[in-house]
Amino acid sequence: MRSFTYERAASPAEAAKAVATTQGAKFIAGGTNLIDLMKLEIETPTHLVDVQDLGLDQVEDTEDGGLRIGTFVSNTALSAHPRVREDYAVLTRAIQAGASGQLRNKATTGGNLLQRTRCAYFYDTNMPCNKRKPGDGCAAIDGFSRQLGVIGTSDSCIATYPGDMAVAMRALDAVVETVKPDGTARAIPAADFHRLWGDTPHIETALEPGEIITHVRLPAPVGGQHFYHKVRDRRSYAYALVSVAAVIQPDGTGRVAFGGVAPKPWRSEAADAQLPNGAAAVVRTAFADARPTEQNAFKIPLAERTLAGILADAQTGTRS
Amino acid sequence: MEFNAPAGENLFDRSKIVGKSTPRIDGPLKVSGRAPYAAERHDVAANQAYGWIVGAGIAKGRIRSMDLDDARRAPGVIAIVAATEHEPVASSDFNYAPLFGGREVSHYHQAIAVVVAETFEQARAAAGLIRTSYANGDGSFDLAKVAPGAPLASDRPSDSAEIGDFESAFAAAPVKLDERYTTPDEAHAMMEPFATIAAWDGPKLTVWTSNQMIEWSRQALGSILKMDADNIRVDSPYIGGGFGGKLFVRSDAVMAALGAKAAKRPVKIAMQRPLMFNNATHRHATRQRLRIGAERDGRIVAIGHENWSGNITGEAGENATLQTPKLYAGANRLIANHVAQLDLPEGNAMRAPGELPGHLALEVAMDELAEKLGMDPVELRIVNDAQGMVPGEPDTKISDRNLTRCLREGAERFGWSKRPARPASARQGRWLTGMGVAAGYRAAPTMKSGARVRMTDRGQLIVETDMTDIGTGSYTILAQTAAETMGLPLSTVRVELGDSGYPVSAGSGGQWGAASSTAGVYAACVALRRMIGEKLGFDADAATFDGGQATLDGESWAIGDAGALTAEDSMTFGEFKKDYDVGTYAGHFAEVKVDAYTGETYITRMLAVCDAGRILNPLSARSQVIGGMVMAAGAALTEDLHVDKRFGFFANHDLAGYEVPVHADIPHQECVFLDTLDPVSTPLKAKGVGELGICGPGAAVANAIYNATGIRVRDYPLTLDKYLDRLPAIA
Repeated sequence: MRSFTYERAASPAEAAKAVATTQGAKFIAGGTNLIDLMKLEIETPTHLVDVQDLGLDQVEDTEDGGLRIGTFVSNTALSAHPRVREDYAVLTRAIQAGASGQLRNKATTGGNLLQRTRCAYFYDTNMPCNKRKPGDGCAAIDGFSRQLGVIGTSDSCIATYPGDMAVAMRALDAVVETVKPDGTARAIPAADFHRLWGDTPHIETALEPGEIITHVRLPAPVGGQHFYHKVRDRRSYAYALVSVAAVIQPDGTGRVAFGGVAPKPWRSEAADAQLPNGAAAVVRTAFADARPTEQNAFKIPLAERTLAGILADAQTGTRS
Repeated sequence: MEFNAPAGENLFDRSKIVGKSTPRIDGPLKVSGRAPYAAERHDVAANQAYGWIVGAGIAKGRIRSMDLDDARRAPGVIAIVAATEHEPVASSDFNYAPLFGGREVSHYHQAIAVVVAETFEQARAAAGLIRTSYANGDGSFDLAKVAPGAPLASDRPSDSAEIGDFESAFAAAPVKLDERYTTPDEAHAMMEPFATIAAWDGPKLTVWTSNQMIEWSRQALGSILKMDADNIRVDSPYIGGGFGGKLFVRSDAVMAALGAKAAKRPVKIAMQRPLMFNNATHRHATRQRLRIGAERDGRIVAIGHENWSGNITGEAGENATLQTPKLYAGANRLIANHVAQLDLPEGNAMRAPGELPGHLALEVAMDELAEKLGMDPVELRIVNDAQGMVPGEPDTKISDRNLTRCLREGAERFGWSKRPARPASARQGRWLTGMGVAAGYRAAPTMKSGARVRMTDRGQLIVETDMTDIGTGSYTILAQTAAETMGLPLSTVRVELGDSGYPVSAGSGGQWGAASSTAGVYAACVALRRMIGEKLGFDADAATFDGGQATLDGESWAIGDAGALTAEDSMTFGEFKKDYDVGTYAGHFAEVKVDAYTGETYITRMLAVCDAGRILNPLSARSQVIGGMVMAAGAALTEDLHVDKRFGFFANHDLAGYEVPVHADIPHQECVFLDTLDPVSTPLKAKGVGELGICGPGAAVANAIYNATGIRVRDYPLTLDKYLDRLPAIA
């Protein structure tokens, strides 16, 4: 770990400005990902702006019947919130499928959206990685890629966004609210929040330098049955091979987002439209441009089978 | 004392303490954080500095240069010992891979430097400033590629053997099985990392460390550091798991010693987790072929077990055939172990070395054979139970063997009769359910073990031995043995372990620790009893010791009247044991449910029925067995060191990437001990159980998955990607 300086910000705009104007600065909230990466010198910030004094830790009802989630609401609190449990159960289930109780107590809503990939080569600083060191090459593409991405990847990087919460938020059409260093606010739809890697896999989100997440807004509830099925090698404390967040309406329509397969929660409106035609039709559409490796090609049939199980459970009213 | 004939009736047959479930006497210290593990021993040496090990960034090749200037100038840095500035340390009888020194790199994450600084954080930060340049060499990293050319192993007599005419008998057998199985490299992944505090006092070195075998390691450190082992003290009273990974000295001890010498200060090193998987040892991957020929009634006429593994020097390897001659009869037999040279990190002992992967293959092959025969798999194993003889060893006697009872009693308790007779025939909603069985065998060796017992004038009994407690319960069973032998309450006994200043014990390994070390403490207590008898004037060997009194012919003596006394002795095991095969046996059962959509496997129940002689402490023995079952579940379902064959290393080298079971994977476990005694083992008629629990359950899980799904996967671990395409079609 490299040495760094540290400050605590008093307002979102001030925090944004501090990070934007200090070379090598980063925000720190729960620290469940950043600190680990600093110990391994994968992240080497020279300055940390601690945002824990900013408040922003409430879940509020919005006028349109939705929710506005403060960025520092912990994963535990968000998953346990009565309105979330009642109206956005896919989100509760996704959050509780992730990490461990201790980590969820510490992890924040905004921080979780920024969780970095778990690619083994990203984690080993002896190995080439374009995400860690732009232009370095990618050891994963021809290597141990079983966990890695099958779609939305590039010749530079095949890492995945590893989280669960964001997959449910994508299915719910959440909107990420931010403040930029100049103090202006903006709203970024979940669909646009995470970027595809392209030639710049070190740039992972739509956030500009210094831009800070303040809230995540959920639109009014959409009803339906809510499912989050996270398939993994062991029953807890493991990243998804494939996860499926789905909201299924009584008429068979709905929405579905896939986790563990791409640089971002993977959803398309065209694939959603295939839901009444069954899992195969959805997955055929959603994964039409997939470029899996030999080791992770199974993720596509797994996605189909996982969704098929959800659709069967939806018909019988069994929660996945 | 020499144990030179099978034990007759003795005091342990009337025991009040040995054999009774006894909570760990060290439990209160452990649950309150007062049992200091190696890296927590802040009080043993003043002025401790911190060391950080730098691991090589390549698997094979040469270090061109190491730029140490920035690191040496970094805040808090006291000393750096770097491979380019240090002669290679010597080897020992216990290491295959070189531990440190010189420019040659022989495996990934081999220690190439230690940075010593005032704080842990400073040492870590400075280590990040070392810039190393390598000349990459070519290495051999692909077992599948090199296995066909691997020579037959010759290190051990058990490596290769043919009895009768295997090929002809197999060819002529009416029912035949010929299948291949693979098991991956696996990591010990114990909770406590390798950790050592080293301090020099002139020529004398003390290491406070985490190690299973004190005397081996003292000798090994002497060889490695080219110094007189008598100038070395090794102390390891508490160990947070070892599983064979801590049988030998690793680079934490070597680098702490070298770092302390350079820094002229005591140095503490706790190896960082991401280094542990490639720096230290692992269980070797295997490729196995099983050929079994049987009569239509199920009797095996030919059994061939061939195995291929690899290691850094091409030596030893994973002897996966060990259990095969012990479990099943059959006149014509072939055993062959091949070991290839690989440039991966050193493979070495991990809990039930050989037997864990061996059972994963053999016990699935038996399941497959049972299906070909149309026989119940429990019955097939019983029909072929090699009771009464070891195949090919007509002069060897079996000491005490109750495998058939384990299987019968297990089947009864588990509800085996409810097993779906046809695979993939039990489905409820999305769940396919099934049951599986496997037999288990693990040898029960004994080794010379010594102890000292001191009776104080205040009525306390102190047991001292360099035996270790790696979480197994050694403290408690040794206290039970001493209390029983001396006729004193358990509360008067204190046990001191893990210090090379104490008499040399058998140590913890190979499932020999419990049986051997309790026999050693018994020997020392018998010596103490004789001293007391001499002092007070009675024949101790004829007297009964109970309640603090020795009684003989109606006369009693308070043993405390003998005053403070110290006795020391070892138990050695006589030649007669060579006439016997002394083993432990188990019937393992598992039930699983498999998601018909996703292939996710949930173990729902596991049962082990064990035959291991007298169970010294049923409470801690149960913990050993169910711990083994957890590890076997991991071997069956998730644990897999992924070899990157381009760079030559285990890519998933942390606890997120190497998936050991979590609580949610292990819902219900049961362990039953048969009430047996083995008079050939030790005077206590007890055998070890630390490895029996891992021998078989993985295959039982695999067989249950087959019973549930009708899908046979022969490449471990049985992750869903290997059979997704064979699951029931979805609508």
